[in-house]
Amino acid sequence: MAMVAGIGWFLVANTLTNLNARHIATGFGFLDREAGFGISEHLVPYLPSDSYFRAFEVGLLNTLEVAVIGIVLTTLLGLVMGIARLSHNWLVARLASAYVEAMRNVPVLLLLLFCYSLITVSLPLSRNAFNLFDCIFLSNRGLRVPAMIWDDSAVMVVSTLALAVAASFLVGVWARRRQEKTGRYFPVLWSSLGLIAGLPLIAFLATGAHLSFDVPHMAGFNFAGGSTVSPEFAALLLGLVVYTGAFIAEIVRSGILAVSYGQTEAALALGLSRMQVLRLVVLPQSLRVIIPPLTSQYLNLVKNSPLAVAIGFPDLVSVANTAINQTGQAVEGVSIIMGVYLAISLILSFLMNWYNKRVALRGGR
Amino acid sequence: MAESSLLENPSANGWLRGPVDWARKNLFSSPANSLLTIVALWGLWLAVPPAIQWGLIKATWIGDPAACRAAGGACWGLVTEKYRLILFGIYPYDEQWRPFLAVVLFIVMLATAANPRFWRPWLGWVLVAGLVVVSVLMWGGILGLPLVTNDRWGGLPLTLILSIFGIVLSFPLAVVLALGRRSQLPAVRAWCVVYIELWRGVPLISVLFMASIMFPLFMPEGVTIDKLLRAQLGIILFTAAYLAEIVRGGLQAIPRGQYEAADSIGLTYWQKMRLVILPQALRLVIPPLVGQFITTFKDTSLVIIIGLYDLLSSTKVALSDPQWRAFYVEGYVVAALIYFVFSYVMSQYSQYLERRLSAGARRR
Repeated sequence: MAMVAGIGWFLVANTLTNLNARHIATGFGFLDREAGFGISEHLVPYLPSDSYFRAFEVGLLNTLEVAVIGIVLTTLLGLVMGIARLSHNWLVARLASAYVEAMRNVPVLLLLLFCYSLITVSLPLSRNAFNLFDCIFLSNRGLRVPAMIWDDSAVMVVSTLALAVAASFLVGVWARRRQEKTGRYFPVLWSSLGLIAGLPLIAFLATGAHLSFDVPHMAGFNFAGGSTVSPEFAALLLGLVVYTGAFIAEIVRSGILAVSYGQTEAALALGLSRMQVLRLVVLPQSLRVIIPPLTSQYLNLVKNSPLAVAIGFPDLVSVANTAINQTGQAVEGVSIIMGVYLAISLILSFLMNWYNKRVALRGGR
Repeated sequence: MAESSLLENPSANGWLRGPVDWARKNLFSSPANSLLTIVALWGLWLAVPPAIQWGLIKATWIGDPAACRAAGGACWGLVTEKYRLILFGIYPYDEQWRPFLAVVLFIVMLATAANPRFWRPWLGWVLVAGLVVVSVLMWGGILGLPLVTNDRWGGLPLTLILSIFGIVLSFPLAVVLALGRRSQLPAVRAWCVVYIELWRGVPLISVLFMASIMFPLFMPEGVTIDKLLRAQLGIILFTAAYLAEIVRGGLQAIPRGQYEAADSIGLTYWQKMRLVILPQALRLVIPPLVGQFITTFKDTSLVIIIGLYDLLSSTKVALSDPQWRAFYVEGYVVAALIYFVFSYVMSQYSQYLERRLSAGARRR
């Protein structure tokens, strides 16, 4: 114990001496100062004249954006590939295995660099961009799509959308209660889809259908207008999703294999179709095996996202790195990074544990 | 008559029946399956022939970018021209037999350590001796070898050094942490839990940042540690946390009776661990340990971000030459293949080991 404390004291003392020698002030005061560097992608308004704190916020939002979209996409990919690997179709199973083995055995950074080169070197220049209906353009500057320009009616549409989501949730609860009580089935999926798509559409038409598009067009050497998916963002997302998807596929596969085959046979004997067996019998049970390792894969995806630094996407770590280089506040910068990632890890594992408790067997274990 | 003879002799027509039957059963068992098969075949048709055309038929094997552009296929000339840079980085050209020998030595060491016949107490010392020889080879400065400072090391040897030294040196720390996490002393346990969870909760890249920016601040006046050592330390501290959890899994798998038996014959805590518990626990965790080694091997590629030239960065450097820039696919494919061969062999090995160890458990 004394030894650990001694080493700790030695390191802290050294650090303080060194910081003094280099005239670096300690503390988080620098966060209020003007950042003075631009950030190419921001979800909230940001100017170089904003504070370092704002810059960190922008970086954090970019990190979260990649994390959320990445987790959703990689789950879908992993689920499909995991099921495909167990397919009775020989060719499909082999292709899925080839994908999993190839992705699991190369570094994720290599995939990211490859994706980035793929987009910036191999896609055509803006003026020869792949062109879809004169409104979607794919070039080495990224993907340009028309942006929607909303006016006041947007508020109505968004609030009815929220209403529709809430309503379909209630329908789901009601349908399950009714099915448990009377055994009658209610098509929850279709009715929810109808609600979620229909209600906002009605609201949109009722408020007078005010919507116009800002269509991208060539101006000089690049496009103007519309909204962009930048090459950096696309490469980062693609690399992370494809890499993590392979690991999730393996988890899904082992989860499905953990459900005894008798369950499938029993369900087939009841006259359920193959899809129904998978959806209603096998997957719900395999979730118990899948959720804990899935959590750590989600965390891996989040923890791999700072590789964005290598391809120039302004995530939290890359912003913090710039800030450290400008101010010399290394200790503070690194502790912000570590604190944020620790917080994300803890929150994510808390959420997944909560979900795991819901799907776990009641009582036992 | 003809029918019955067919029934009696199912192998008649077998040459045709085999593949057709097989395809019917495995590829076209239902309309949905047939559709899937056709879509997959169509995808393969779109991807594979052009890939072969590009990679083999139209490819140029030696020569400059101009020749490649004329042929319109893959430009393996990149590899024949730059393989020394990709494999060994900027290590002095005339001395590159040394990193080559180091790589060979590493592979021999891995192969030795992989063979269960050599799992004896002396194996550790052999490996340490091997690492010393590798260090002497890389550094030089004695035995008539010119000194090569480590800012010129690069390529595959650097990747192997970072990952193998990383695993070997983090191992003792991991064992201590795992024992600490299961200790009876609350303070020790708390420290170990905090250490493990802290490192496992942050990305490796932030650890590398910390290592490259903050370690110099930690050192007393006048002491400097170079970039490679900082990265190596970062990797060791980080990997130790993951390894500790693996070792803890092994410790937990040892039945309580073993602990009690060791206590009852009067062994001290350290004797008990050294003679009874750890030898059994460490054997159990070898397969996940190999898995962690693969992860570390792949993760060392992140040192590109703090400016070290491992295999991936030296590939990137080779591709930064403007005239070769268009041929990035070839460069990355070669680097990916090297990583793939190492990782794939190791993962197959760990599966073999798992089967072997579980077979032993069944026999008991």
